[in-house]
Amino acid sequence: MSAAGVAERLTGLVGALRAHGLRIGTGETVDAALAMEALGFTDRELLREGLAATLLHGTAQRPVFDPVFDLYFPRGIGAPRGEPTGRDELRDRLAAALAANDQALMGQLAAEAVDGFGGYGNSPTSDGWSSHQTLEWLRPQTLLARVRTSIRAQGGDAGFTDRLLDDEIRQRIEGFRRQVAGEARRRVAERRGRDEIARRAVAPTADRVDFLFAGRAQLAELRRAVQPLARKLATRLAARRRRASRGTIDLRRTLRGSLSTGGVPMRPVLRRRRPVRPELVLLCDVSGSVSGFSDFTMLLVQALHDQFSKVRVFAFVNRLDEVTPLLAHGTADPEGLGARIRAEATLTGWHGSSDYGVALGEFAERYGDAVGPRTTVFVLGDARTNMSDPNLPAVRHIAQRARRVYWLNPEQRSQWGTGDSAAPDYAELVEMHECRNAKQLSALVGRLLPI
Amino acid sequence: MFRSVDEVAARLAETGYLASPAVATTVFLADRLGKPLLVEGPAGVGKTELAKAVAEVAGAELVRLQCYEGVDESRALYEWNHAKQLLRISAGRDESWDETRTDIFSEEFLLPRPLLTAIRGDVPKVLLIDETDKADVEVEGLLLEVLSDFQVTVPELGTITATRRPFVVLTSNASRELSEALRRRCLFLHIGFPDEELERRIVRLKVPGLGETLAESVVRVVGALREMELRKVPSVAETIDWARTLLALGADTLDETVVRDTLGVLLKHQDDILRAAAKLDLDAV
Repeated sequence: MSAAGVAERLTGLVGALRAHGLRIGTGETVDAALAMEALGFTDRELLREGLAATLLHGTAQRPVFDPVFDLYFPRGIGAPRGEPTGRDELRDRLAAALAANDQALMGQLAAEAVDGFGGYGNSPTSDGWSSHQTLEWLRPQTLLARVRTSIRAQGGDAGFTDRLLDDEIRQRIEGFRRQVAGEARRRVAERRGRDEIARRAVAPTADRVDFLFAGRAQLAELRRAVQPLARKLATRLAARRRRASRGTIDLRRTLRGSLSTGGVPMRPVLRRRRPVRPELVLLCDVSGSVSGFSDFTMLLVQALHDQFSKVRVFAFVNRLDEVTPLLAHGTADPEGLGARIRAEATLTGWHGSSDYGVALGEFAERYGDAVGPRTTVFVLGDARTNMSDPNLPAVRHIAQRARRVYWLNPEQRSQWGTGDSAAPDYAELVEMHECRNAKQLSALVGRLLPI
Repeated sequence: MFRSVDEVAARLAETGYLASPAVATTVFLADRLGKPLLVEGPAGVGKTELAKAVAEVAGAELVRLQCYEGVDESRALYEWNHAKQLLRISAGRDESWDETRTDIFSEEFLLPRPLLTAIRGDVPKVLLIDETDKADVEVEGLLLEVLSDFQVTVPELGTITATRRPFVVLTSNASRELSEALRRRCLFLHIGFPDEELERRIVRLKVPGLGETLAESVVRVVGALREMELRKVPSVAETIDWARTLLALGADTLDETVVRDTLGVLLKHQDDILRAAAKLDLDAV
């Protein structure tokens, strides 16, 4: 690579990372170039670590950085060398590589597999490369039993750790799938331009993924982020509390005090704040479409529970039930929370789709006394009523009794009011905020939570 | 200090710190580019140990600033020794005012705190700023001058610039988001849990009496525990504790009873222990 080529490569990489929302200044780019000079180009993994150290500022950015790096500094160019092999032979070699946990060999096999089975289109070479198609052909998940047998045959005595074997093999297979995806991305990028693929085909950081479209793995990652996020929010709330406790000027007492100095207010008297005990009520739509969003928010509120005197959580689909005990501290198992709520609480009546009107009415009727002048109510849901009555009087009733009512809607603002969404109607009565991803949620929670 | 990344890894290993390639590369760059190193990661993966190891390798003096809520300028930077100043004033009774005034604000009456200590003097130094996230935001402002220009301004004395730049390591547990300005001045290094092979080497190094196969089993069980959704997953420190426990118990291989009885060394919450026991198919604890 020529000097100009390297510089261009680096600025391209930085541009792609910026497009993913990473804030990288010119200073860091210069540092990265210095790092490249110091490390040289002989070892790709060293280069990767060096660029990560100079360009990134946080752990959450790494999952975006790695695939982008792979595109700009690929392992190789073009198709792998060697004759294409058949499916069975490839599977045999893959099984051996999985048994030995040989990463380099697995990477090579991923390249061969994409080359052999991933191409689609009808031009002589290929119009594109699909990791999905490759994996459908190869079906690496079906190798589990075979790999297990061969490892056991080598290991002989299995012992206690034998029970871990299946999960370990599954992880290796998952790693291979990622390698195939990376390889397919690389081949596509060669055809259609790096910059475009780096911006479009690399998944965003977990806190910027829409709740409504997040996959299983991304939701798991979000769940792991709950505790650190709660700690950060707790410090933010504490800071807001400190600021607020300084209070505003009490004009009456300031003027009274100024009499002794001839009417000149020398010493301002601040209004003393009564220590309030904020209470929180959460109304969560847990129907399939928005369950990822409400599960995450419930976990977050549960992690923040020591910030409030009282937290009550209600879940609904078209019937409403209190789930506070299920969230009790310590017993919560984040993974199974959603399933447990749906199993143990009465959430559905005659049908299984969400009905905001009935659920909100039931809340106002049965749990009306949960809401008082010190209560802040959060409603979580997309406000899609499946064409039934939105029951605005119930919302009005809750809004009148509560200190504040906020509605967090995981849908894009432009979608509000389309189809069966009653969002605009509700938004007239209570403050509604768009809350599409964890980033927005943490900003909103930090701002809106009562102190 | 170092000529290549391999040399970093080799020399750190001599002191008993086994560095992953990421750690070695970043330490090499921090030395080469002369930038502070910001290390983040879960508790017990050896963030503080890294600074100590670097100090040992470089033959440098380790200056440590432990951050906590409420740490301030007089704890971090410098302080005037008031008692000594008073003594000086009362001792020099016959002197003119001008003489005394210039004299009591000289270096003799300055009490250097870690940040000032680190940039003064000619011996090589490693400055460890531990748990930076525990300090208040104001302290970060203080750090900016020290970390970008390696200088400290004392109003009465002027600006003191480092004659020899210290190697700076900041650690953070991410309990608070550090400011962008501070991050920008540092190289960022995330130390996660080591991979299986590296952790096996660490266990073998720290607990030499443990057999090869048992070490491997230990690392595999810990790896499986880290994949579970627990409140606090075991860290490297816990792995080593567990290995020591097993050695003390004289266990040759892992079996259900041993694991069940010693799970408390790895996991610190009762509900974590119950979950892990269920997932590992142990009988009820």
